[in-house]
Amino acid sequence: MTLYIIRRLLWAIAMLVIVSALTFLIFYAFPSADPAALRAGRQATPELIAQIRHALGLDRPVYDQFGIYIKNLVLHFDLGYSYQNNVSVRSEIFSRLPATLSLTVGAVVVWLLIGIPIGVLSAVRPRSLLDRFAMGAALVGISAPVYWLGLVALFLFADDIGRIPLFGGAGSYVPLTQDPAGWFKSLILPWFVLAAAFAAFYARMVRGNLLDVLGEDYIRTARAKGLAERRVVLKHGLRAALTPVVTIAGLDIGILLGGAVLTETVFNIPGVGRFAYDSIVNSDLPAIQGTVLFGAIFIIVANLIVDIAYAFLDPRVRY
Amino acid sequence: MGLLEIRDLRVTFRTRDGVVHAVDGVSTSVERGQTLGVVGESGSGKSVTALTVMGLTRLPNATVSGEVLFDGLDLLRLSSDRLRAVRGRRIAMIFQDPLSSLHPLYKVGWQIEEAIRAHERVSQRAARSRAIRALASVEIPNPAALVDAYPHQLSGGMRQRAMIAMALVLGPDVLIADEPTTALDVTVQAQILELIRTLQREFSTAVVLITHDLGVIAETADRVAVMYAGRIVEQGSRTTILDAPEHPYTWGLLESIPRLDSPRRSRLTPIEGAPPSLIDLPSGCHFHPRCPYAMPICRSIDPGLLASDPGHVVACHLPVAEKRRIWRRLRSRPAAA
Repeated sequence: MTLYIIRRLLWAIAMLVIVSALTFLIFYAFPSADPAALRAGRQATPELIAQIRHALGLDRPVYDQFGIYIKNLVLHFDLGYSYQNNVSVRSEIFSRLPATLSLTVGAVVVWLLIGIPIGVLSAVRPRSLLDRFAMGAALVGISAPVYWLGLVALFLFADDIGRIPLFGGAGSYVPLTQDPAGWFKSLILPWFVLAAAFAAFYARMVRGNLLDVLGEDYIRTARAKGLAERRVVLKHGLRAALTPVVTIAGLDIGILLGGAVLTETVFNIPGVGRFAYDSIVNSDLPAIQGTVLFGAIFIIVANLIVDIAYAFLDPRVRY
Repeated sequence: MGLLEIRDLRVTFRTRDGVVHAVDGVSTSVERGQTLGVVGESGSGKSVTALTVMGLTRLPNATVSGEVLFDGLDLLRLSSDRLRAVRGRRIAMIFQDPLSSLHPLYKVGWQIEEAIRAHERVSQRAARSRAIRALASVEIPNPAALVDAYPHQLSGGMRQRAMIAMALVLGPDVLIADEPTTALDVTVQAQILELIRTLQREFSTAVVLITHDLGVIAETADRVAVMYAGRIVEQGSRTTILDAPEHPYTWGLLESIPRLDSPRRSRLTPIEGAPPSLIDLPSGCHFHPRCPYAMPICRSIDPGLLASDPGHVVACHLPVAEKRRIWRRLRSRPAAA
């Protein structure tokens, strides 16, 4: 097990280097705005732009830039400084992590609390009215784009522009440490909007898994033992049906921790996703690199945790 | 009256392709301490009969009629809750594939404890020590350690022993064993059958042994019911069924098992054709399309079960003398030369 984890971590490092290189390549290979020109302002002279380009190291060859970047990253865990405003990308990302973490964790709780019960109820009564309604709603939930759903939620419920002003609107985010009640109120809409598609997807996944499991021989055994149907479904069925759900949930959490770009943008939450969006708009390579790398780290770590968790969830799995 | 008595049991399932007549008027019974062997091909209704006795075919698309009398109760008319109290406690069941029949994510001992605690209010510790004793009683070595094993850590034979321990831990009156040895190695098969027999003698349990294997029947059953297409076509004592069968289908089953006294290169005689669709059953006698002795009457009129000797019933139009003559000829023939 330990050996397995070490091997996986070594692979993770190689993976991160490849991800950085690819980000570099994509940034230079595809046309984007000149960061030096953006930095220089509206009426910059060519000399000023050249000066800025030199100061940022943009006049060096790409492989040189990449080498310096990786060296600083490995030696000092230094993600460089923003082309835009010279702040440290690392401290910028760390200062934004709590917001992203708040959004993600809350949304995960919401979607699991909605998705799993609906999935179970649908699986227990397949093709019933409840099942049909739930699966129809799930289809809508999966199909609705987050930015649309987010705007609708704001127009309906936000306390500034909403018809029924109930919850905090866009830009109302305050850190948990500052004002817990305000934090909670400001995040209710983002949580539900972000969770909607996931809840729908998880409901369908739980329903499908559970329907499969309920056809297994060991479910027949559980019934033959004289167990109550509720126990058969929850203790025997759901236990087996949830194992693959844990895998997907781990990966989803990893992806979202890297930044829920759309949700954070629609609700103007100062998280990592919002930062990623801004840095792309500004052609701010170090910031883009930083957010991509962070996202990759979260996904890789989530993957590793899921695989390790599997050995505990399913006794048949051994590494 | 038997301990468990089935009267004119009919089970149909509505499916997209039509109505499946899985069980079509089955009547049989089993006494305390006795073994009833139920034999037939797949799809003959053996398993559905067993599952219906357990109340496990109470599905939205199933229709069940007839009576299943157990200890003065009609199980078919019992409420789900009262039936559940019978199920597992007084009538227990074991299945064909012990690996898929045990929950892969729970320890064997836990699964046995759960069976106990579903019916009796006992402490966790008491349940655990009973589970260990149950594992010991089915001759699992080192039960105190294997109580914490997961099913995949046991061999096939050990898994089936664990299933039997789970089924018998509450001392049921009836044990229904649905193909309990089919998934096991031949050497292990004999051990499992012997184990069932030993435990049966100890607790005078009534056993319903469902199998497609007449060899298993020959070893264990007191009485035998031969099923075909949802019906019992012949029923009698083991010696009657094995030595003086009177139904062409039973003859076919007996002719299709290998015999040690047959020449080495001889072929087995299979029953021609395939079992009928249970949606669109043949007219008259369900077996007539595959029967080498079919007469015109077999096509139109269902023979029905008639007593040929005391305790021996057969559903066949052939005259008794003719049946005895055919069987004598079949048996005297050097097996399938």
